[in-house]
Amino acid sequence: MKKNLPSALLVLILLMLWQGVAMGIDAAYILPSPLGIIVRLWELRVPLFTVHLPATMGVTALGLLISVVLGLLLAIAMDWNPKLEKALYPVIVASQTIPTTAIAPLFILWFGYSIWSKVLVTILMTFFPIAITVFDGFKSTKREMEELLYTYGASKKDIFLKLKLPTALPHFFSAIKMAIPLSVIGAAIAEWLGAQKGLGYFSKRMMTQLDGAGVFAPVVLLSVVAMLTVWVITIIENKTITWRKEL
Amino acid sequence: MLRFEGVSFRYPEDELGMVENLSFQVENGELVAIIGASGCGKSTIFRLINGLEKPDQGKILVDERPIETIKNYSAFMPQKDLLFPWRSIEKNVCLPMELAKVSMEEQGRRAEKVLAQVGLLEYAQKFPKDLSGGMKQRAAFARTLLSGADMLLLDEPFSALDYLTRVEMQEWLLQQWVHYHKTILFITHDVEEAIFLAKRVYIIQDSRPFTEMECIEVPLNYPRKREDLKKAEIVELKESLIGKLRRSVSL
Repeated sequence: MKKNLPSALLVLILLMLWQGVAMGIDAAYILPSPLGIIVRLWELRVPLFTVHLPATMGVTALGLLISVVLGLLLAIAMDWNPKLEKALYPVIVASQTIPTTAIAPLFILWFGYSIWSKVLVTILMTFFPIAITVFDGFKSTKREMEELLYTYGASKKDIFLKLKLPTALPHFFSAIKMAIPLSVIGAAIAEWLGAQKGLGYFSKRMMTQLDGAGVFAPVVLLSVVAMLTVWVITIIENKTITWRKEL
Repeated sequence: MLRFEGVSFRYPEDELGMVENLSFQVENGELVAIIGASGCGKSTIFRLINGLEKPDQGKILVDERPIETIKNYSAFMPQKDLLFPWRSIEKNVCLPMELAKVSMEEQGRRAEKVLAQVGLLEYAQKFPKDLSGGMKQRAAFARTLLSGADMLLLDEPFSALDYLTRVEMQEWLLQQWVHYHKTILFITHDVEEAIFLAKRVYIIQDSRPFTEMECIEVPLNYPRKREDLKKAEIVELKESLIGKLRRSVSL
């Protein structure tokens, strides 16, 4: 509790400043106040929690799941075969230079307003940190430990399963913690660009109605959900990897 | 019996060879120490024995068979304990057996016996972070023993320990050697440690590449006591070995 006090105080000060400035401007369609956003969030709770939040969470979860599988497969493939690493690594890095907001409308052309156009944007934004971070985890294996296993007659598969996989576990958790906020952003961007439901879509709709607090309400909800998910993952990580500092 | 026959070896990235036309042998059940200055190639000998490096020339034989044709003839224990932090002590010591596909039941039985022998049975379910430096080295030794190999290659296993623990571990190692009767090759920088433990001491004096190791018999019988190191001939031997090492460093 004590260690979070400085950041909690800073957030409180910023919110108070925001509240003061918003009250000074007194035009909620330009800058709604934090209290106004909370009130609006409560007013819009039914559509937000029953329709739009589940839709965005569906996109996020599916995108994240596919990214984890794809990222892990790429990391394993690159670690297993140096030729594959040479072939894949530059392509993976290049994929991150694609401006997501520019390419997302193309996905809508390909997949229409179905969930897949939005899932694809999420995957594009999240598979990279997972693949690269887990791959780096495999590479961080201590050479002496690898040699020790070799002297016990371990095969390449044994070394992977008994040494590289556990060594990469902390990296995997870091990757997931990076990917969660990115997946939420990806889903929201995709919904902004073309959707019939979801928090991104809802925020855009509120924009057309000049409802400033209504624009912010789904954004706040997204942030809270992302923070809660990262917090849960951190708890699981701390319970699972008690040996991180020993590596 | 381990035998090097005219072994030469050079690391690909080095200009100079490490070992050239080296021949020596170690009898079964012997405890032999190898001493030499830093970087002289002591650890390379172990890397050649356990197959991490292949000789450019010559043969390495164990019981008259080339090492390429046999498996599980040696087990390596490095300076760092290299215990896997995510495994319990029991799981760590079982690792070589797991790789050899020994049944779970048998693994448990053998691990229990060896952990009791090294005084770590009550720590079986603990993790490496819960153990002291000396205990970790004992766990690493138990893992080396459980590989089932008859020849143990111990590369400065106690060098990272404090003096008192180190002295304790040396005495403990001698007890283990008497109990298990394995062939032990022991690399060390510490002349006193080499004399206290070994029946014979090989000393590397040449600059790279070295072609021979001088073999010196230690005039002490087993079991040994710490006070034996105060005997006049042992003090003399110690001084002589230190002198040889100093000369090799200045070469």
